[in-house]
Amino acid sequence: MKLTLKVWRQNDPNDAGRFVEYKTEALADMSFLEMLDELNEKLIEKGEEPVAFDHDCREGICGMCSLMINGQPHGPDRLTTTCQLHMRRFKDGDTIVIEPWRASAFPVVRDLVVDRSSFDRIIASGGYISVSTGGTPDANIIPVPKAEADTAMDAAACIGCGACVAACKNASASLFTAAKVAHLAHLPQGQAERYRRVKGMVEQMDAEGFGSCSNTYDCEAACPKGIGVRFISEMNRDYCKALVSGE
Amino acid sequence: MQLDSRIPSGPIEKKWEQHRFEMKLVNPANKRKFKVIVVGSGLAGASASATMSELGYNVDCFCFQDSPRRAHSIAAQGGINAAKNYQNDGDSIRRLFYDTVKGGDFRSREANVYRLAEVSNHIIDQCAAQGVPFAREYGGLLANRSFGGAQVSRTFYARGQTGQQLLLGAYQALEKQIHVGSVKMHPRKEMLDLVLKDGRAAGIITRDLVTGKIERHAAHAVVLATGGYGNVFFLSTNAKGSNVTASWRAYKRGAAFANPCYTQIHPTCIPVSGDHQSKLTLMSESLRNDGRCWVPKQQGDKRAPGQIPESERDYYLERKYPSFGNLAPRDIASRAAKEVCDEGRGVGPGGKGVYLDFSAAIQRLGKDVIEQRYGNLFEMYERITDENPYQVPMRIYPAVHYTMGGLWVDYNLMSTIPGLHVIGEANFSDHGANRLGASALMQGLADGYFVLPYTIGDYLASKKPELVSTDDAEFVATEEAVTGKLKRLLSINGKRTPQSFHKELGKLVWEKCGMARNRAGLQEAIERIPALREEFWADVKVPGENQELNQSLEYAGRVADFLEFGELMCRDALHREESCGGHFREEYQTEDGEAKRNDEDFAYVAAWEYAGDGAAPVLHKEPLEFENVHLATRSYK
Amino acid sequence: MNGLSKAMSSTVGTKFMVAATGAILALFVLGHMAGNLQIFLGPDTFNHYAATLKGMPGLLWIARLVLLAALVLHVAGNMKLRGRNSAARPVAYADKKPLASTAYSRTMMVSGLILLAFIVYHLAHFTLGLLYPGFYSLTDAEGRHDVYSMVVLGFREPLVAIPYLIAMTLLFSHLAHGVASVFQSFGVRRPAWRDGIDLAGRLFAIVVAAGNILIVLACLAGLIEPFQEVL
Ligand SMILES: Cc1cc2nc3c(=O)[nH]c(=O)nc-3n(C[C@H](O)[C@H](O)[C@H](O)COP(=O)(O)OP(=O)(O)OC[C@H]3O[C@@H](n4cnc5c(N)ncnc54)[C@H](O)[C@@H]3O)c2cc1C
Ligand code: HEM
Ligand code: HEM
Ligand code: SF4
Ligand code: F3S
Ligand code: FES
Repeated sequence: MKLTLKVWRQNDPNDAGRFVEYKTEALADMSFLEMLDELNEKLIEKGEEPVAFDHDCREGICGMCSLMINGQPHGPDRLTTTCQLHMRRFKDGDTIVIEPWRASAFPVVRDLVVDRSSFDRIIASGGYISVSTGGTPDANIIPVPKAEADTAMDAAACIGCGACVAACKNASASLFTAAKVAHLAHLPQGQAERYRRVKGMVEQMDAEGFGSCSNTYDCEAACPKGIGVRFISEMNRDYCKALVSGE
Repeated sequence: MQLDSRIPSGPIEKKWEQHRFEMKLVNPANKRKFKVIVVGSGLAGASASATMSELGYNVDCFCFQDSPRRAHSIAAQGGINAAKNYQNDGDSIRRLFYDTVKGGDFRSREANVYRLAEVSNHIIDQCAAQGVPFAREYGGLLANRSFGGAQVSRTFYARGQTGQQLLLGAYQALEKQIHVGSVKMHPRKEMLDLVLKDGRAAGIITRDLVTGKIERHAAHAVVLATGGYGNVFFLSTNAKGSNVTASWRAYKRGAAFANPCYTQIHPTCIPVSGDHQSKLTLMSESLRNDGRCWVPKQQGDKRAPGQIPESERDYYLERKYPSFGNLAPRDIASRAAKEVCDEGRGVGPGGKGVYLDFSAAIQRLGKDVIEQRYGNLFEMYERITDENPYQVPMRIYPAVHYTMGGLWVDYNLMSTIPGLHVIGEANFSDHGANRLGASALMQGLADGYFVLPYTIGDYLASKKPELVSTDDAEFVATEEAVTGKLKRLLSINGKRTPQSFHKELGKLVWEKCGMARNRAGLQEAIERIPALREEFWADVKVPGENQELNQSLEYAGRVADFLEFGELMCRDALHREESCGGHFREEYQTEDGEAKRNDEDFAYVAAWEYAGDGAAPVLHKEPLEFENVHLATRSYK
Repeated sequence: MNGLSKAMSSTVGTKFMVAATGAILALFVLGHMAGNLQIFLGPDTFNHYAATLKGMPGLLWIARLVLLAALVLHVAGNMKLRGRNSAARPVAYADKKPLASTAYSRTMMVSGLILLAFIVYHLAHFTLGLLYPGFYSLTDAEGRHDVYSMVVLGFREPLVAIPYLIAMTLLFSHLAHGVASVFQSFGVRRPAWRDGIDLAGRLFAIVVAAGNILIVLACLAGLIEPFQEVL
């Protein structure tokens, strides 16, 4: 199939950036990133600089790929990362607009590559259980009701891709932050630091310059791992309790 | 070069305990005076960094991704083994040890494997305490499944995302330590060389992948946790960025590279669909619990699978291995698939595929049960192939998945370069010639949480290394070598892209040094690789410059190293005149096509020493002794 | 106040405040609408109702103060969040498709600001009598303020009725998202209750807007006669 790509090109964080149009061809069996690979091969052969984009696992789990494709984070398929999106989703003659995630907390590094280290700092501000290696009790000493363990796993499935931020009209990181808060809040092991954790993480999320949550739910729809906004609700509840208890 | 494995004496059950007692300790107050560089933030690197910093060391951790959480470990699906015997099915440390040694086809070090089995239980405790959401039974206790041909249920899992959850546990521990300031994380920084001072590891040279800045980092000890080299084959189930660069540079600085020819080919991957293919996707091995592998009995049978009657199907695994059937170990299942495809009975485009059929299981258990068990995998399969595995059998084909070979390490996980430790998939590991399912995660975390943090102390306490100034001549010279290479890559300005070389190399080693190898093929590869390398250095085209985010430059550097490494892999494969585990030499097989080991001549670890560009590497042998598990032919019939 | 300023310092805290004040305002508009529906029961009942409210100046002022405070905090909180949110995405997408969000939720600021303008207009109209002093100064047979006629006469004018109708549509829009959103903000929109809460929120918005619109339309169409004519 013949395609027209409108790709965001930006040399470095200080460059203003612009769209550049490319004509390219693709096969239906290709993944979206393979389509970009081919484009890049041709660009290199012509002596032009290839389009920079992030990717690693190409199986939808590392969370590194990150493209806004035709106005949708990770493209048109639900529950699918960019690397798992296949070209059979498009048809001959289509024009595809490709942009980076846009948020002040995700500055563009180059072309389609953004800096998501703000996510790491949110985790560093409390997204863990403070146990050191060694000296932990037998794993079966603390039973966890299956339903709770499953809910914790639902939340823990977040791959940290940032599509929620990309989709949110406020560039809010609430879904990402809430997913980690909820993962640990649903486990008995996470109780000791529960309220401290939520306060620390929310404050860091704010400090990074993400927007606030207006409960508009685009994040949930964009999330390739189906993380639900119920977790944002739960995070709010825990934060409320944390404020009241003054922890 | 001396290979001193430093295996402690005494009965196998007591070795580790005794060794821990005998190792020198670093005074707690002195720990913060030591700086350790950890390259890699996968299971091994992240767990080691977190644990060492908890102990008080200052840790600098590096990864090339934008966040430590994205290391390739994240992709492991199936699970992690431990000898907990929670299922009361007769498991024990000894049995896990035995299975691992046997599974590795008797090419691993007994003492290491025993230690691995011993600490496996602590890993599960540690991870549960960190909040890793392992699967649970209704009673709230941990669930297990049997995996990868084991006859006990010892695999712990978190849906199909075990690696992800374990890595996030380690990553969170790492972030906790970053928060308190005792780990400094350097994401998007690639190690491009190792700096030695008086023969000891003194630091590394890195390139900042965003700005191109070349930096010198000094430390008292260096740890490589940089993963496997499966991407030498271009197509593999590894993440695109996985590479051999760090290990290779260490090799060229004097670290012995052990058993590079031991590569694991995983039997259940989605077949290649065309030349554009950039990587292969693994379908969890657990699928073989309910799926049946078959191909048409007749050659070139082009009928749709539904039209081939039962009597004309060959359920080849069930036929050849009646007691293990579809659950035969990876190397065996892979080879069996290759065999039937080579006979012209393969299915799908290009005839490189076999069916994995769930119709019997769907009939027996109902679609719901199958959906519950494998729903995610089926969806993933459909997304990639556009075929619905509930209706038509899946097509699968083996693909490169894991590399048992790696830098040689002693019992303390130290390489032949003093101060350079290697952990996780990057070392030559405890898996011998074949790794059992769910034991790489175990090994990575064992090394990182429970072994290295002790053993590195022994090095620091007994050798008392000095911190070398980054202005030292060694740093300057190594940095110059690095910049020189980068400049050279950028200045060639030829006609071919780095990827085209990588694809060509991959195809060559896949054909000559893949699932089955033979002398002629390997010799041919050893001749052709240097020629390809030469062409690369004469005709590669790397656009852009160094002082920017330049993905072509990063990639070209990695391909250049694969082009050197591939040759060593083939040499190792050529020299090992036997078949064992993942290394199958066509000349050495039994009458019915099974691997024929040669314990007499090859029960050793082959450790290769770099002898200069253009010179043949020098082979050193570490003999393997089996005192606890008796050498026997692996049989899964 | 310390608690308040602390809460205001984070986005989630600010959101609690916006939600709490939004809930107060929403309950008020519901009650207000219910009270206003008494207009269909005739001038006597309606004027009596108005007089009763006026007859308790203490309570009335407390209520007024609470409402005013709620409104001020609601607006201030939203402005603050809005400021952050626009700063959070300095460069807009060239192409951006909504995935699950409703138009109501994306236009809260617009509907809110128009509501604010409406409130000013509305107070000027009925409470302060600045718009039609003639209608405002009427009294009924018992000497009570003839609120009934004031309302009916007012809405007879299309120029008055139309802005009200527009405002009520926006009120609907604001509440259609806002009511359920309060539950989400306070962490009680659990998966099992999610659809119920969303539906109830919509119904709430429809009832409030429809009740108000009914009054305006009834007057406009002449279905309700004023108690006295003013020429
Ligand atoms: C698809 C798939 C499924 C698997 N499933 C299982 C399973 O179910 N059970 C199991 O036990 N095993 C499984 N494995 C194997 C297992 O995942 C890996 O062996 C293991 O995770 C390796 O961990 P590691 O920490 O050694 O390295 P990795 O996780 O590969 O980490 C390497 C790290 O090194 C860094 N790095 C590399 N080179 C450089 C450099 N030059 N400079 C700076 N940083 C560098 C990277 O950034 C990364 O952080 C699977 C593997 C694959 C491919
Ligand atoms: C009768 C008057 C009003 C009522 C009944 C009302 C009600 C509500 C309610 C219930 C919410 C939901 C709170 C939440 O999401 O938890 C809300 C949100 C909002 N209101 Fe109002 N509101 C009124 C006036 C205003 C005004 C005057 C403004 C103008 C600034 C405004 C702007 C907003 C905005 C922007 C939101 C969304 C906030 C967010 O989600 O972050 N509202 N309102
Ligand atoms: C068609 C719909 C409405 C009608 C008919 C109506 C009618 C009235 C009347 C008659 C009064 C004056 C009462 C008196 O002075 O005795 C009043 C006051 C008021 N109305 Fe409305 N109203 C309507 C809608 C609204 C809405 C949507 C809001 C809020 C957004 C609102 C907010 C107020 C306020 C704040 C007062 C002042 C109360 C006070 O005296 O303190 N009204 N309304
Ligand atoms: S919540 Fe979903 S969209 Fe957001 S970072 Fe996690 S996986 Fe990505
Ligand atoms: S899209 Fe944004 S507004 Fe909230 S519900 Fe999701 S973070
Ligand atoms: S590349 Fe890893 S999720 Fe897409």
